[in-house]
Amino acid sequence: MANTFQIERSDKGDVRVLALDGYLDAHTAPVFEKAIQDEFESGRLRMVVDCSRLSYISSAGLGVFMSFIEEIREAGGDIKLAAIVPKVYQVFEVLGFPALFEIEDSVDAAAAKFGKGQGV
Amino acid sequence: MASYERTFTLHVPSSTENLALIRDFVSNVGSQAGFGEKEVARIALAVDEACANVIEHAYGSDNTFEVTVRATIDPEQIQFEIIDKGRGFDPSQIQPKDVEELIRQRKSGGLGLRLIRTIMDDVQYQIVPGEKNELKMVKKRQQ
Repeated sequence: MANTFQIERSDKGDVRVLALDGYLDAHTAPVFEKAIQDEFESGRLRMVVDCSRLSYISSAGLGVFMSFIEEIREAGGDIKLAAIVPKVYQVFEVLGFPALFEIEDSVDAAAAKFGKGQGV
Repeated sequence: MASYERTFTLHVPSSTENLALIRDFVSNVGSQAGFGEKEVARIALAVDEACANVIEHAYGSDNTFEVTVRATIDPEQIQFEIIDKGRGFDPSQIQPKDVEELIRQRKSGGLGLRLIRTIMDDVQYQIVPGEKNELKMVKKRQQ
């Protein structure tokens, strides 16, 4: 059954990459929320969320992005999104996320958007 | 053309763990009704959102209750009824806010409702106090 969800963490220079794998719904969103919270509390404010293996997202998952983004940007960081598959992208699109978040085709392109030596 | 109607019903405990099972049920029924893969995925999302609302808000995340999803297929459309016996609230009374406003307020509520209204062609609520709450959602076949 389609309800597995995992997060892999890695670093690309000084950018933290969170790779989401599986199904992000009201059941699994707390796992993602905790991951973002942990990064924020550790002071890693430059984040790229790799969505290439994210098969599904509902509003609970989208809500995690929304509830943290303001605070992270105020602290000088950002969450950028990368490699969203079309089926998932249409959900982001319905809610107007492309106007509010930087979304790139690849993790490299998203990480490059932070620029060198800028921000935290 | 001969008219027909087929009904499928799923009862599950009121836990978010069962959202995957609900999506699988909706996807299977939607495919059997002849909807395309992309449409089926959108319908499954709308039903997921409605059931998540029931589990978290009507039942306050208490998993000892039951959520019923009833699907009816006919030649014109597919209809889903989400039935619960929790605290009834009428989402149609809530004005959906735009995403930018929600971010400013650091809130994420109301997004599911916006998705449901965007995806489905008709959404109706019926609250019978102390008895049951019923959300009916219809997706018409493309002509």
